[in-house]
Amino acid sequence: MLPKKKKDEDRKKFTTVSIPTPLFKKVEARIKDTGFTSVSSYVAYVLREIVAEVEDEEPFSEEDKERVKERLRALGYID
Amino acid sequence: MLRPHGGKLVNRKLSNSKCQETSEWSKDFDRIDVSAAVASDVENICKGVFSPLEGFMVRGELESVLHLMRLSNDLAWTIPILLDVSEDQAKKLDEGDELILAFNGEPLALMQLEEKYRFDHEELAHCTFGTSDSSHPGVAATKQMGLVFLGGKIDLINEPKGRYDHYKLAPIETRVLFEEKKWNTVVGFQTRNPPHLGHEYVQKTALAFVDGVFINPVIGKKKIGDFKDEVILKAYDALMTNYYLKESVVLSILPFEMRYAGPKEAIFHAIVRKNFGCTHFIVGRDHAGVGNFYGPFDAQAIFDEFSDLGISPLFFKSFFYCRRCSSVTSEKACPHPENCRISFSGTKIREMLSNGQIPPQELMRPEVAEVITQHPNPFVG
Repeated sequence: MLPKKKKDEDRKKFTTVSIPTPLFKKVEARIKDTGFTSVSSYVAYVLREIVAEVEDEEPFSEEDKERVKERLRALGYID
Repeated sequence: MLRPHGGKLVNRKLSNSKCQETSEWSKDFDRIDVSAAVASDVENICKGVFSPLEGFMVRGELESVLHLMRLSNDLAWTIPILLDVSEDQAKKLDEGDELILAFNGEPLALMQLEEKYRFDHEELAHCTFGTSDSSHPGVAATKQMGLVFLGGKIDLINEPKGRYDHYKLAPIETRVLFEEKKWNTVVGFQTRNPPHLGHEYVQKTALAFVDGVFINPVIGKKKIGDFKDEVILKAYDALMTNYYLKESVVLSILPFEMRYAGPKEAIFHAIVRKNFGCTHFIVGRDHAGVGNFYGPFDAQAIFDEFSDLGISPLFFKSFFYCRRCSSVTSEKACPHPENCRISFSGTKIREMLSNGQIPPQELMRPEVAEVITQHPNPFVG
């Protein structure tokens, strides 16, 4: 078992970000009577939505595709 | 096409030449024999089914998953993927070692041992399943795990061989297949049962909104009373041959040992189907649940916490056959009273089948029922 202090440090996965107080208050009002329990959880939710829209996937090479198609044909998935 | 989870499809399969080299110089490495369930995890990691994972979880990753339901890089992830060993096995290993994971006497993967660590089984079970009750099969399995966990990246040397490999596609293959079929939107369907009419109704309802349906039964160790893998596959073959357009459906297996973690496993199942290239994922009543450990719609509610999952859940609530409507329908659509409705109770259908009775056509297609009743023992004993 890890010592408690080390365990707590490992679990501390949050940090502080500053936002203007008026914005904080607006968000606080907005999340009233919703499933969000804090401004932090709402801000994390919104940021994750934005951050998720990132770079494009690496395309497969033509060689990879041809090899895959051969197997798919052999298994009867494509004609 | 939809991005895999984390943006890149993991591919840690060694090339043939590297496999040969590795087999030569790794002869003196320590070997760990792994179970069929761990071998499936190894294959899934190395072929990108579990992208972005590149190996078994180290402690920091595990704690992040248990307490935040996210990997240390903040990507959504809800199920621990662990390699456990006994204390005796662990004593022989040092962090920084390379070792061979073997399955059925053959080298399966090369592992770079980054960390060996202990983790309280009770806490692991409680954080994963929301209970420490040993009557939960996932909790019971966790409590039987070895005392030491090994974390680190792995590379696949030899694919584990299975009886149903002709039904097994890797994410790169399903992605090319969906592209060939010109499917822009694909709904994934997770199952561990032969299909009844309710399943067909859900799949075909979803199909009205997307280009194709990807039926992806879980194959591997299940609990007593579950249907055997070959029965599930034959039943789906019968359904697809008789009632589906070939252009609209793909059947492929997922080798994986169910954890029965309910809501958390629903998120995990969605991530896996995203890696296969699905844009949507069907979540029904008590998805991946067992007994009464989870509420009937907990597995749907949890999706509210994952706005950045990158795959859209399609929720289905209760559906049934209505004698007055003469069709499968739902509470949202059917105005008729309870006594007109026949429910798709898995337990009832199982009871009928185990007594050799063919369920009525309102519940199960006769071709599907025939496959099951003709099997000498369709259930896991």
